[in-house]
Amino acid sequence: MARTILPFGPQHPVLPEPLHLKLTIEDETVMEAIPALGYVHRGLEKLCEIRDYNQMIQVVERVCGICSCLHALCYCEGIEKMMGVEVPPRARFLRLIWGELHRMHSHLLWLGLFADAFGFESLFMQYWRIRERIMDIMEATCGNRVIVSVNVIGGVRRDLDASQCAWILEQLAIAEKELKQVQSTILSDYTVCSRTKGIGVLTKEQAYQLGAVGPTLRGSGWAQDNRQLGYSAFGEVEFEPVVENDGDSYSRCAVRFRETLQSIDLVRQGIAKLPAGELAAKVKGKPQGEATSRVEQPRGELFYYIKGDGSNNLDRVRIRTPTFANIPPLLAMLPGIQLADVPVVVLSIDPCISCTER
Amino acid sequence: MNAQTVTMDALCGQTRKMFEDGYRFLTMSCVDLGEDGFDLFYHFDKDLTLVNYRLTVQKGVSVPSVSPIYFCALLIENEIRDQFGVTFDGLVLDFGGTLYLEEDVRTSPFCKMSITEKNKEG
Repeated sequence: MARTILPFGPQHPVLPEPLHLKLTIEDETVMEAIPALGYVHRGLEKLCEIRDYNQMIQVVERVCGICSCLHALCYCEGIEKMMGVEVPPRARFLRLIWGELHRMHSHLLWLGLFADAFGFESLFMQYWRIRERIMDIMEATCGNRVIVSVNVIGGVRRDLDASQCAWILEQLAIAEKELKQVQSTILSDYTVCSRTKGIGVLTKEQAYQLGAVGPTLRGSGWAQDNRQLGYSAFGEVEFEPVVENDGDSYSRCAVRFRETLQSIDLVRQGIAKLPAGELAAKVKGKPQGEATSRVEQPRGELFYYIKGDGSNNLDRVRIRTPTFANIPPLLAMLPGIQLADVPVVVLSIDPCISCTER
Repeated sequence: MNAQTVTMDALCGQTRKMFEDGYRFLTMSCVDLGEDGFDLFYHFDKDLTLVNYRLTVQKGVSVPSVSPIYFCALLIENEIRDQFGVTFDGLVLDFGGTLYLEEDVRTSPFCKMSITEKNKEG
């Protein structure tokens, strides 16, 4: 049968950001996919040579709008490791709380977009309605809904008082109740299951060998999550990675849904164990040497390599984002599926292209 | 950061060993050393333990690609080609310096001292 090359993107209704896939199809079956990037490359890593290492926090927060807080956290942890800075316990717990709020809003955003990808608009609206509650918490506690700028080298710049903690717990109880009301729809509805179960399968071996990360890795049966490293205060709370075993679009969706509920639990634990004390340690000197840092972003493992030469500016900041790691696994998911399923499978890795290209 | 030094000749053998030992390829990092060339770091992970290898190469020298061993290395090797002008031999999918850049761009924007490719007409 004759083969046709079909462009998917860079502009496509399911893609909020530009990604181009050259799909080779036979009839309506995808045989091969080749990615093309470069539509939103900004060269942000290079800015470390002209912005000082404190100003770079604001730069890395803008690598991705959805997980700004966790980029800053990963960067700050790398610098702190290099400079031997010990972050106060209260700051570590506050980082955990804001980081998990960020994961919730990212997963809820994705759950809505995913429902919209297969035409379930009312479900899309339900998830985004729940997400607004989390956005309100971030706005009330950080002054901003998306770019949550709380991390500094040595700790955090904002605090939570007792009344704010009580209000957050109240809001999370409502969000949890609302999430459980739509749980059966996303996990058991006939339409959702028929569009996602057995579609875009990534086997356990493929996921590992192709370097998958985050819910894409855990949806294929791997219990690996960087929060197990114990960064921030994760070493002091109860945590087990969420794992699904089928490796299909449904599994990746189920991991994200369950992780949203898990994040509510982690914020509760963080607030319950929030110790008194300083918000940030005093930082002396300039960063010198090399360090790596890893955190678990909503989309998966975020990795920073940082090199300092003892001046105000860093010599190199290298950022490996989760979507960058999940593109090769995506290329393995696409062959063999129907063209109509491509948008759902592409969305199932939760692609963030501004992150990927930086 | 701990990084074991690896030579160009030993790179593919060592990468093959990491693959067979069950390590996941995390990514690579490239650092411009100015006149001293580049540091290429190969980052691997197994059970959340990070292992790093450092390969120092002179500018203008091609490096063996590890993408035939770890397919997922193709994107980062293409990115390094775009940003630093380092070329990789045996890349499974070679964008030829156009992953991010346009075809007519002949500079390596992340280099401190840029390498320029000249066409036959000069």
